Amino acid sequence: MGKFDLDHMSQEYYDILKELGNIGAGNATTALAQMLGCKVDMKVPQVKLLEFKDVGTLMGGEEQIMAGIYLGVEGDISGSIMFLVEKEAARHLVSKLMGMELANEEFTELETSAIKEVGNIITGAYLNSLSTLTNLKIYPSVPNLAIDMAGAILSVPAIEFGMVGDKILLIETLFTDDVDLNGFFIMIPDLESYEKILSSLGIAI
Amino acid sequence: MSEIVKVGMADLNTCVSPDGITTLGLGSCVGIAIRDPMKKVGGLAHVMLPDSTEIKNNGNIYKFADTGIEELVKQIIALGGMRTRLVAKIAGGAQMFAFQNKSAMVRIGDRNVEASKKKLAELKIPLLAEDTGKDYGRTVIFYPETGDYIIRSVGKPEKKI
Repeated sequence: MGKFDLDHMSQEYYDILKELGNIGAGNATTALAQMLGCKVDMKVPQVKLLEFKDVGTLMGGEEQIMAGIYLGVEGDISGSIMFLVEKEAARHLVSKLMGMELANEEFTELETSAIKEVGNIITGAYLNSLSTLTNLKIYPSVPNLAIDMAGAILSVPAIEFGMVGDKILLIETLFTDDVDLNGFFIMIPDLESYEKILSSLGIAI
Repeated sequence: MSEIVKVGMADLNTCVSPDGITTLGLGSCVGIAIRDPMKKVGGLAHVMLPDSTEIKNNGNIYKFADTGIEELVKQIIALGGMRTRLVAKIAGGAQMFAFQNKSAMVRIGDRNVEASKKKLAELKIPLLAEDTGKDYGRTVIFYPETGDYIIRSVGKPEKKI
């Protein structure tokens, strides 16, 4: 068998990554419910392997304003993880977390750190489940936040994927509490880390 | 009626006046607009990475500043543009996140801008204007008829270079 390659991935690997995404998003949903102190439902996550030029078809187009939380990942695997939600959904999460309506269109410093914390908890829960399943040590870095057009935020993970292939792998998760919160996870392990993840699950590369 | 041609990420396209050409939400990527002002044909490349020779998997020539610009010039010439008349404007190359842990990702926006300028200089295409760097996304629209390169960002006034 050759080296792992995202552009020519077998159905088996795809299914495994999908299942990892499912479990990770499930854990993230539980964490979100605990944080908000309410019931949060989750639709079955969609795993998408897209060409770069088709990235704009997601999330209401390239110009949709999103909040993107981006963390580096270190330990037994290396790479990064990103969690993206629409700006309005981010506002909703923050107002719920802080127990008040947000006054302004722009986020205050406190609200900004609240969004980072939401991203931290959600990605942390996601990485935790991955770590437990694979028995690999995974440590996230401090979160970084950008609020901008979806295309601009996505250019960062896309470039990381672009260094090794021509496709980007995303996991789309629809959370619902009293409103729909469309969220996206983007796991960006380097190729060696993909191999580590798969082989730790007992799958030969 | 004039139309606006759309260009995706790691993609390029050309158009003939009065049509315009656009790419939405440039982040660390760079949008290179080139035209022949006499023939009024032009195009736009949305490149992601600086250098095709640094990457093993480099089959997609639209992805890199060096091969992308070369291909864009080729396509503009195929539309009737003359190489010695071509002029360029560039936008994008932002650093979207304050901290990017991977060394290869550090300054990727700047490196994309530098690589684009280097390739344009190598092809002897004058760079007339740029709106690059900073930390925000840009939507760009280019009109080969006038050479106007319109830049829109979130929460900022529209800009023309």
